[in-house]
Amino acid sequence: MAKELLKGNNAIAEAAVRAGVEAYFGYPITPQTELLEHMAVRMPELGRAFVQAESEVAAINMVYGAACTGKRVMTTSSSPGISLMMEGLSYIAGTEVPVVLVDVMRGGPGLGNIAPSQGDYHQIVHGGGHGDYRPIVLAPASVQEAIDMTAEAFDLAEKYRALVVVLGDGSIGQMMEPAELPPMQPLKTDVPEWAVTGAKGRERRLLTSIYLEPEKEEKVNIRLLERWMQIKKEEVRYKEYYLDDAEYVVIGFGTAGRVALSAVRAARAEGIKVGLFRPISLNPFPTKQIKRLADFAQSLLVVEMNSGQMLDDVALAVQGRVPLEFYGRMGGVVPFPDEILAEIRRLATVPPAETNGLVRERWLERLAIYNAGDINVNHN
Amino acid sequence: MSTIIDPNIVYERPEALADTVTHYCPGCTHGTAHRLVAEVLDEMGLLENTIGVASVGCSVFSYNYFNCDFVEAPHGRAPAMATGIKRVMPEHTVFTYQGDGDLVSIGMAEVMHTAARGENVTVIFVNNAIYGMTGGQMAPTTLPGMRTTSSPLGRDVETTGFPIRMAEIIATLDGVGYAVRRSLHDAANVRKSKKALRLAFEAQQRGLGFSMVELLSSCPTNWGITPTESLTFIKDHMIPAYPLGDFKVAEPLKGLKV
Repeated sequence: MAKELLKGNNAIAEAAVRAGVEAYFGYPITPQTELLEHMAVRMPELGRAFVQAESEVAAINMVYGAACTGKRVMTTSSSPGISLMMEGLSYIAGTEVPVVLVDVMRGGPGLGNIAPSQGDYHQIVHGGGHGDYRPIVLAPASVQEAIDMTAEAFDLAEKYRALVVVLGDGSIGQMMEPAELPPMQPLKTDVPEWAVTGAKGRERRLLTSIYLEPEKEEKVNIRLLERWMQIKKEEVRYKEYYLDDAEYVVIGFGTAGRVALSAVRAARAEGIKVGLFRPISLNPFPTKQIKRLADFAQSLLVVEMNSGQMLDDVALAVQGRVPLEFYGRMGGVVPFPDEILAEIRRLATVPPAETNGLVRERWLERLAIYNAGDINVNHN
Repeated sequence: MSTIIDPNIVYERPEALADTVTHYCPGCTHGTAHRLVAEVLDEMGLLENTIGVASVGCSVFSYNYFNCDFVEAPHGRAPAMATGIKRVMPEHTVFTYQGDGDLVSIGMAEVMHTAARGENVTVIFVNNAIYGMTGGQMAPTTLPGMRTTSSPLGRDVETTGFPIRMAEIIATLDGVGYAVRRSLHDAANVRKSKKALRLAFEAQQRGLGFSMVELLSSCPTNWGITPTESLTFIKDHMIPAYPLGDFKVAEPLKGLKV
């Protein structure tokens, strides 16, 4: 297949269609609505199920029901809609049925706005629903990655009977760039041994997340956790750029990671030995790999489009062994490469004063100066 | 059902009804409703292609009592789950079994839109005017003046509003093929309830759209009266507030002999 100019939302939808998704249930919300619209055309014309639900609450429960039959199913939404789905996500995790969810994040909290954000890191990665469960979370930084990860998400979901989230943002969903779609896959024909399909010639099956006896519920929790340990072992993904001789390392995922890469390249052109580490699986988090960065880097800079939600996971990984700085934009603001470049220059010239938990305080001070328009801070 | 007709057997457990002790309180009519559904599944030969959706409330364990595949939905979301199942398994029979707290309160949106879309699923709606599982709180269906643990002085319509008549509301939607209300308070009405359940599943079989049977039921434990008094309470107080009747019956069902 040749590369085409594709819009992120449409590309994700088409990737799911080609991966053999048999049912899509969703609700309109900007900036992911084109995804639903693409499905509204493609699914019926292929004789597959499409329902525009009355709410995200209903959409995720339609997904839950359809997933119980063992078919490939998905839903998509954006931040406030994902909040509404949390109930269903917890039930899906507790029932151990495979589901693919795409979150095209927007600014928040509350109604926020429709601009790109990474504010859902906590609610997705650390789980916004009740109980002990951990979804697999993949963060694309381009339309191509969004396509590839969507297709792969179905395989991962089925392999681990787990919830897999493709965590993009408004810019991934809305931008157009050249990308290649995978070929059309035939629909899955095998029926999992746990699926409810009618008790014909076999014992009846029950899919539930209720275990009234705490000891039985604990056993389920242990099973989920053991499966998670296996996922942690086998499914960590990340990308490294210019790390071979790096003295400083920027860490960012998704769009923030991509903007940071431009800044890293610009800094390299200036002779600063800086590299980029881009986590792709936010869950399981590349903790070990980030820990290793502390072995050679003089300092690390975490860049996010939130107030430092992944920063906490990075801090846990490096355990105070290396100075850590943070730069984030929030509320739907996307950082410019120049802003991150200025931060990289700071790393290279001004050694971080301390690493004792004042990372956010220092960042907020710099952000205030930046927002006050002191261009010397960021464009010297 | 046994294919060999033994003249000595006049009554036996339906094949669709699991041979197990239920958790329902003595005198509760859930057991009757379960049996009727099981008899209909047997008679229509649907057991092997049926997927049930249990709800939250006393009916949460209904999945233990039917010998067909089952899933257990979040509170109020059974019609949404049923939609998801039916859309990918259109040849299967899909039904939900929900109480009034589940269906009329937290699940109002899901049941209304499932009906409006004309999903070919059957909803068995057990209305006993109270939250049973959580210990007798006021439901949207609680009668005015009725004492519950969350309306200890009796339901005051000035502050808590009025009972909701679901069968009538559902019947206004074009996607609905069958919407009726029956009662389980005596033998004659139990037989009428069975016939209604049969017609609801017939509606689904014939692709006539959403079907719902509202069954007026008792809750002696939380009503605080005896099982016998509870049945009388249905007759004297529930039926006047929730009149029995056919609120929508699709044409092809009208002449059907069941």
